[in-house]
Amino acid sequence: MMTTFARRTLTASVLALLTHSALAQETFKIGIVSFLSGQAAESFGIPAVNGAKVLVDAFNKGQAPAPYNKPGIGGLPIEVIYVDEAGGATKQVQELRNLYERDKVDVVVGYVSSGDCLAVAPVAEELKKFLILYDCGTPRIFEDNTFRYVFRTAAHATMDNVSMARYLKARNIPVKTYNLINQDYAWGQDSRKDFMLSITNLYPDAKAGVDQLPKFGAGQYGTEISALMSQPADLVHSSLWGGDLQAFVLQAGPRGLFKKSQVVLTAGDHVLPGLGEKMPDGTILGARGAYGLMAPPSPLNTWFWDIYSKANNVYPVQAPYRMAQALMGLKLAAEKAMAANKGKKPSTEVLAASLRGSEWMSPGGKIRMALSNGQQAIQDSAIGRTQWDANKKMVVLNDIQRFDAECVNPPLNVKSEDWLKSGFAGAKCDTKPAAAAKAADKKPAN
Amino acid sequence: MNLALTILIDGVTYASWLFIVALGLTLVFGVLKILNIAHGSFYALGAYVTATLVSLAASWALPPAMSLVAMLLAAVLVAVLVAPLTERGLLRFFYGRDEVLLVLVTYAMFLMMEDLTKLIWGANPYYVSEPYGMFGNIDIGTQTYVGYDFMLVALAVVVGLGVWWGLNRTRFGKIVTAVIHSAEVASSMGIQVSRIYMLAFAVGIFLAALGGAFTAPMLSVQPGLSVGVIIISFAVVIIGGLGSIEGAAIGALIVGVARALAVHVWPVAELFSVYLVMALVLMFRPQGLFQRIQARKI
Repeated sequence: MMTTFARRTLTASVLALLTHSALAQETFKIGIVSFLSGQAAESFGIPAVNGAKVLVDAFNKGQAPAPYNKPGIGGLPIEVIYVDEAGGATKQVQELRNLYERDKVDVVVGYVSSGDCLAVAPVAEELKKFLILYDCGTPRIFEDNTFRYVFRTAAHATMDNVSMARYLKARNIPVKTYNLINQDYAWGQDSRKDFMLSITNLYPDAKAGVDQLPKFGAGQYGTEISALMSQPADLVHSSLWGGDLQAFVLQAGPRGLFKKSQVVLTAGDHVLPGLGEKMPDGTILGARGAYGLMAPPSPLNTWFWDIYSKANNVYPVQAPYRMAQALMGLKLAAEKAMAANKGKKPSTEVLAASLRGSEWMSPGGKIRMALSNGQQAIQDSAIGRTQWDANKKMVVLNDIQRFDAECVNPPLNVKSEDWLKSGFAGAKCDTKPAAAAKAADKKPAN
Repeated sequence: MNLALTILIDGVTYASWLFIVALGLTLVFGVLKILNIAHGSFYALGAYVTATLVSLAASWALPPAMSLVAMLLAAVLVAVLVAPLTERGLLRFFYGRDEVLLVLVTYAMFLMMEDLTKLIWGANPYYVSEPYGMFGNIDIGTQTYVGYDFMLVALAVVVGLGVWWGLNRTRFGKIVTAVIHSAEVASSMGIQVSRIYMLAFAVGIFLAALGGAFTAPMLSVQPGLSVGVIIISFAVVIIGGLGSIEGAAIGALIVGVARALAVHVWPVAELFSVYLVMALVLMFRPQGLFQRIQARKI
């Protein structure tokens, strides 16, 4: 009798332990895909992952500010699997399948490269799995396709060039002639086209001159700089980024290009911490959003700035901001769906419905899933002008101007190129009050 | 006239660093018959070690000229420490095997070294741009050039003449030439072929690292440096002829000037111009411009 009792007790205990263990181990599993190696790692991939790490840690400890203060996601600890985006689109499709089918992740958040985004989005849709594209720029993903389970929580690249053109016009910067240097792949070519169309709208008499399209990763720009200087223009536009942008600035600065022409860098904020005083004063640049030194002052931004800076010894630039807004949007959408599902993990369908068309505050301002049936975000953007501050030993940004999301993004159901060709038809531009701009200038330094 | 001069200057300055790197590649192939895919990784290694040494020199408040010494030292260090380790520790086990296998081995090395540099130096960029301003600026026509670019041209000439002299006017050069012609016969004459292989490989790696060391001030030193360099270096040695010093020099000049011409006149054809030249050379001289046709050994 005692033996049977003991056996039953043991069995019950083991079952209880197993059940408890299974419950304790239930997590919200996220696959994060970003460049951990190769040329895009230093500028985008790794800063984005660093942003994810500090944020997930704060989420799991319940230390994020409201409304992100519930531990984990809906009480479930967040478990992250990091995957390297390097290796090309074919590899990424396989990695995406592995994440869903082998690693059983609930959500994948990832992709810097537009090529990778274009390749993985249809696969996630076919598998009916939840995918958030956090960074890639090409507008074509949602303009040429319809998705239910794929989202992009950041604005696409059209915003960057429209903002730049509007900034030039607002500041009365003369643009009778302009030269261009952009990388010879989807990002560079799209940026070049968007800028030319935007400039045509605001400066109808402006003439394009030298139009350079060096290959991605070229590194040496001596010849291109000669070409840009041989036909000097009022303006030089570039969407170069990462190591290419750094090399271009290092080589063009000493040759006087920045003095001969007004150089504008549509995605240049991320090289400021590294280049420091090597970045020529007076360069006009964007951050692909109101990020970093141009982020709107808010307790949420100060909190994110501080935890990132403390963990990484450098202030956050565009990539960590974009990752943060993706994870914050996901957290709120998942918690809303879980609340309606008695605290249990929602199905992909319910989670997608929760994120679709939603809005949330991020360190870079409000994110609105306003385009492409609520699958594509719009957000405010900002442009500023560089100045080396010898006291702070960092580049600061002056003359910051922010633009409303609806002023620099196409309206609902209008393709970017059609919108640009229509002369920004339907754009709602409300100039930010000067006080806001001044407050932005007084952002706490690192 | 101004445009022609600009194209010529741009072409020659681009060719200078490219020649130094391609010379190392062609030397290793000439002596060891290895098409070294990892050559670009040694270029990147030279740049990284330079970043470390120049930063050290700056932190010790050494005179700016010492940064040039630090760059040279970086290339020597890579050649002395890494090359023997690679050649004796790995490559020698594959001598005599199919050349394709050696290509695969060096490709594996390339992949591993990319990760190794990231493990040591991390993913953050390094800047050593101070030496870039040491030689001032030079105004020619409508252009302002950086004096450092012309110093690189002078360095390439010195390196090219040095290697030519070493191979053609010294006893060591004659021994290397003997090994190039026939390792078996050279061995039977008492030459330590394995030692020659190691030394030739070290010189080749030194040249790759030297290219990386002296281009580091113009770049942001970070992961991914090696890929572009190896591709364009291959184009140079294929145009010039694998294993030929003169070929590497002329190949680098042709690539530099063709590229500069395209960038100034028809920018979208920049990459196409280089490979068009390569294709034309291969059509009429499949062995490259400077490699002599050799009888096949049976």
